[in-house]
Amino acid sequence: MFLEFVEGPLWYASVAIFAVGVVIRLYEILARGVKPDLAPPRAGGTAGALRTLVSRSWTAKGFSSGALFHLVAGYMFHLGLFVLLLFAAPHVVFIEARILGFGWTPAPHWVFIVAADLAFAGLILLWLRRVMHPVLRRISTFDDHAAAWLTFSVMFTGCMALLLSHDSLRALHMLSVCLLLIYFPFSRLMHAFTFVLSRGYTGAAMGRKGVQA
Amino acid sequence: MAKVVTEHDYARGVAVLREQIDARVAAYLSSCVGCGLCAEACLFYTETGDARYTPIYKVEPMRRLWQREQTLAGRIGKALGFGRDLTADDFAAWQEMTYNSCTLCGRCSMVCPVGNDIAYMIRKQREAFAAAGYTPDGLQTAATRALEIGSPMGVTWKALAAQIGHAEKATGLKIPVDVQGADYLALFSSMEIMNFPEYIAALARIFAAAGVSWTVSSQAFEATNSGIQIGSSEIARELVGRVVDAAEGLGVKYVISPECGHAYTAIRWDGPNLIGRPYAFEVVHILELLDQLRRDGRLQTEGFDERKLTFHDPCQIVRRGGVEQPPRDLLAMVAPNFEEMPDHGKMNWCCGGGGGLSANEEAYDLRTTVFKVKKRQLEAVGVETMITACANCRIVMEEALEHYAMPVVIEGVTELIAAHLKPQPPAPTGD
Repeated sequence: MFLEFVEGPLWYASVAIFAVGVVIRLYEILARGVKPDLAPPRAGGTAGALRTLVSRSWTAKGFSSGALFHLVAGYMFHLGLFVLLLFAAPHVVFIEARILGFGWTPAPHWVFIVAADLAFAGLILLWLRRVMHPVLRRISTFDDHAAAWLTFSVMFTGCMALLLSHDSLRALHMLSVCLLLIYFPFSRLMHAFTFVLSRGYTGAAMGRKGVQA
Repeated sequence: MAKVVTEHDYARGVAVLREQIDARVAAYLSSCVGCGLCAEACLFYTETGDARYTPIYKVEPMRRLWQREQTLAGRIGKALGFGRDLTADDFAAWQEMTYNSCTLCGRCSMVCPVGNDIAYMIRKQREAFAAAGYTPDGLQTAATRALEIGSPMGVTWKALAAQIGHAEKATGLKIPVDVQGADYLALFSSMEIMNFPEYIAALARIFAAAGVSWTVSSQAFEATNSGIQIGSSEIARELVGRVVDAAEGLGVKYVISPECGHAYTAIRWDGPNLIGRPYAFEVVHILELLDQLRRDGRLQTEGFDERKLTFHDPCQIVRRGGVEQPPRDLLAMVAPNFEEMPDHGKMNWCCGGGGGLSANEEAYDLRTTVFKVKKRQLEAVGVETMITACANCRIVMEEALEHYAMPVVIEGVTELIAAHLKPQPPAPTGD
């Protein structure tokens, strides 16, 4: 019954809160507007926006070794999670049955295990840096920790559900997914959508000045 | 006339801070994942290890206001009695992070993985602090002088006229003043006029040789904009407006921004947005003009400076201004032993004196400390001569070089080029 609840009403409610919440958050940002730039541009803002959208995916040339940690651990986590989310066999089945109506060939099991290990390692390394590095200790908020632990619980319960395949463990995984979806639009996890805006705005502004930022 | 606010009024500061949160700021605050990479790019953090100087932490008042009032979670929390509003203590505590430990150099903005322009946010936060009177005494004094006298250093037209007289004597050339219909209006920074007046003579010689039609205005000669530094658009608008009125009154085609970083930001990029309309003239940085003259064949040099030398990139001209290659192309004309320092170009390290810090006595020790990064750059490249294109960078770095007993001489690009001008009969004027 609990499984029916989390895969039924709670799933629908959490997806609705996620979707509506993300739209509201994006609207809250865009509605504030930006004044048009009256200074004559040196180059195009659109090209600058697109360039920065891509270029910030890696660290600036010659930047510090501290950035290397973030680059490596960050991509371990994000890429691992991406592979897990979209190519793990149970997820492909779920997406086909409950979301899109169609699926695709899932990744082999060993790929799933490697992706999961990388995602876990990346998330743990990033969180450890957050609690140990003086800069991150100063700038981190409750939100940063909550998002990290919620994500961890989704991944952890997912592993347990996979390994033991009991309904209760699958329900626990689904419950943590629903909680993450509900929490998402209220949190810094919104960066998953808003990074397009932040990179774009800066790229456009700097691009108009002729600076490849 | 705009006024410098000196009385503390944090409530006004909160109201102004609220107005500063546009879509860009909201996007930046939403996207920040607290990774701390901005600290790795900021010389105030790297040279002190003080985590308070983490760039995104400098805008914590702005973040708290945005989160509490402009996010659903914050509004719910506020309604339930969680969190707290900004107070006078917050403004007092953050004045140091907003002014003393930030030159608006923008190096942090180049490395943020989510693309946040943190320097933009700090500039916006300064609007609130300036409106609330939480600004360093030195900046208040400089801005007041700029409004009342026309120069943050109290330089009057008479003082500039005296320097012009010296330059005319030294060059044998007449420097045009208030010439209606000249092509170019040259501005100067007070720092140049008082500390590096050889720039004036250099301009005169180069323009005579290249046949440039130019003038100086007795009504508005100051390029430095203290409004930008203190963070008051009202003050910045008035100061830029004086230049615009003078330039449009003289009917010039171009205004030349001199070897000064924030002056270029003020007149080239901020100015039209401050006054709410495009100019009736174009703005060029002196480096851009000299480079154009070079490409047109109107700037001819002879001989070389055999010294090994390097170039310090002024942040507001290169990284925030987009003028990176012209100084290098100009130096290539006369400096065969030019060598780039590590992290040159748009990722160069700030001199530590921009953004009003050179006028802020409270920040003197800190900017001397953070100069250590520039010191390491100079030691790595191994030069005794450094060229730059900003009089403020120059004076700040000269003081620091003296402090660290480093035998490095600093010169300006324009004076170096002028020193190697090929003697030639003056070309016909007109562009």
